[in-house]
Amino acid sequence: MKEFKGRVLNGGYFKGEAVVSHQGVNTLASFQSSAIMHSSKLVIADQNNPDIYKHNITGKALCLPQTIGSTTGGMVLQVICSMGINPACMLFSEHIDSLAGAGVILSVVWENSKLIAIDQLGEEFLDTVKTGDTIEVTEDGTVRIL
Amino acid sequence: MAYQYKMKLTPEQIDILEGRQGAVKAKVMETIVRYGDMFEATELVPVTHGEGHLVTSFGLSLLKPVYRIMDELIDAGLKVEAGFTADPRPHDMKNVHYNPIDKLINKKILYGKQDAYEEQLRKLGLKNDDSFTCTCYYPEIGNVPGKGDILSWAESSAVNYANSVLGARCNRNSGMIELFGSIVGFVPKFGLLTDEGRKAKWKVTVNTTKKPIPQILGSAIGIKVMEDVPYVVGLDKWIGNELTDQCKSYLKDFGAATASNGAVGLYHIENVTPEAKELGEALLEADYKEYVIDDAELERVYKSYPVMWKQPQKEGTIAFIGCPHLSKTQLEEWADRIISGLKSAGKTKVACQTVLCTPSPIRKEFEKTARYAELRKAGVGVTSICPLMYTSNPLTKSRRIMTCSNKLRTYSLARYYKDDELLAIITGKED
Repeated sequence: MKEFKGRVLNGGYFKGEAVVSHQGVNTLASFQSSAIMHSSKLVIADQNNPDIYKHNITGKALCLPQTIGSTTGGMVLQVICSMGINPACMLFSEHIDSLAGAGVILSVVWENSKLIAIDQLGEEFLDTVKTGDTIEVTEDGTVRIL
Repeated sequence: MAYQYKMKLTPEQIDILEGRQGAVKAKVMETIVRYGDMFEATELVPVTHGEGHLVTSFGLSLLKPVYRIMDELIDAGLKVEAGFTADPRPHDMKNVHYNPIDKLINKKILYGKQDAYEEQLRKLGLKNDDSFTCTCYYPEIGNVPGKGDILSWAESSAVNYANSVLGARCNRNSGMIELFGSIVGFVPKFGLLTDEGRKAKWKVTVNTTKKPIPQILGSAIGIKVMEDVPYVVGLDKWIGNELTDQCKSYLKDFGAATASNGAVGLYHIENVTPEAKELGEALLEADYKEYVIDDAELERVYKSYPVMWKQPQKEGTIAFIGCPHLSKTQLEEWADRIISGLKSAGKTKVACQTVLCTPSPIRKEFEKTARYAELRKAGVGVTSICPLMYTSNPLTKSRRIMTCSNKLRTYSLARYYKDDELLAIITGKED
């Protein structure tokens, strides 16, 4: 078992599957299709991100460095949270970026979302965690790869 | 439980946060304060250029939470007191060709909420029907911040231009955050609002033998520095030291490419942009990194762009020029180049559907000119839509869209061509 500690942006408990992107996740390109199609699951549509392309991330822990892309990104994250198809956690290895940060806050304040968000987990976290790993996240920002 | 804020707030800001100016305004303020706390902001500072600019101009059906929040704001009597401009509208059935299925998809499915959303925007402070453009900072639109002004904007190319060319101060915000900042009149002080945050982590040396194409130079820098601030030396040799119309148009396209290919919110050009003129290399951080760009590097970056068309061997079917929107100078230059290109190729009509995008006040004036009549006769459309939103229609994926915009290339399946290459295709010189 390997353990990492990050900064809690929105806390909560989670135990489940990790989906890992080693590059910045383009929120608009990744989430737009599922949102437009009113899908019941969030399947990544960004062909430029082979790490997570076509992965269903609903209810899972999305592990990433940061998000990238259009400044509509925060709203797109809010939309998928309002639809209830969001990942259960977003675990950032770096400091959260302004677009994902806005999305997390809009979701928490305006959608009462329980989306867990932890940042600054460090580069080693992304080097260690693999898609399909079971991980446990606790209220204090501890992430355990089981 | 009330949100336990970390930053320093004034009594007025605490009043708003604690609901003494209404519950909805308190929620708006909580969003702004949480946003600032997340980025270790020290305080909230007043927005000194009150005119906002919204990145969400489109009634995309999926944005239901946005429409719900807009209604909450309107019902609470909130609005942007100084008014705001917004990004371009998503479609224009008059100046861009749509087949009947496209029309149905755009009007009824994709952007089915457009009319209702525009009504919400008007109630919240949209300036007028000519306010839809990504280049609100053109004099013809008039949303022009001054040096040192604090803004609450989100459109990445406009934030990039305002910070870099105008010397205003704005973070690279998300949509909705910019509206909330404009409503409460405060934004968190962090990042590009601070002197420290405006320092350059990169020194980029332009060492080319000819004037670099702004779209490719900006792309190369964006890909290299991502969200960092670059300080660019050697470019003044090619674009001059004065912020003329042509220089500003160059920087607009260069900046949009840095913002979309990377996440650049501010750049400095030695001897050109206001802060670089004032502070020079003092803007460089002590441990800055270096990147040298020569002809070979630009060619390498250009050749790295993937062609995403399903049938890349086939010719393009539609060309979009003007993302971000063309300035008056650029529109006139493109018109002249297309007209003279057709003449020298012995053609009277463009070889493919061609669309020039520019803000509506510029377009309306242009429509009164002989150049416009010639362009229309040649089959060129002049519109004020966002070409990126045209590509949201899934049917366009098979349409082999061409562009000389690196932003449009990045966010769609459009294929990038250099200006001269695209002109040759449009005017049929390639035949």
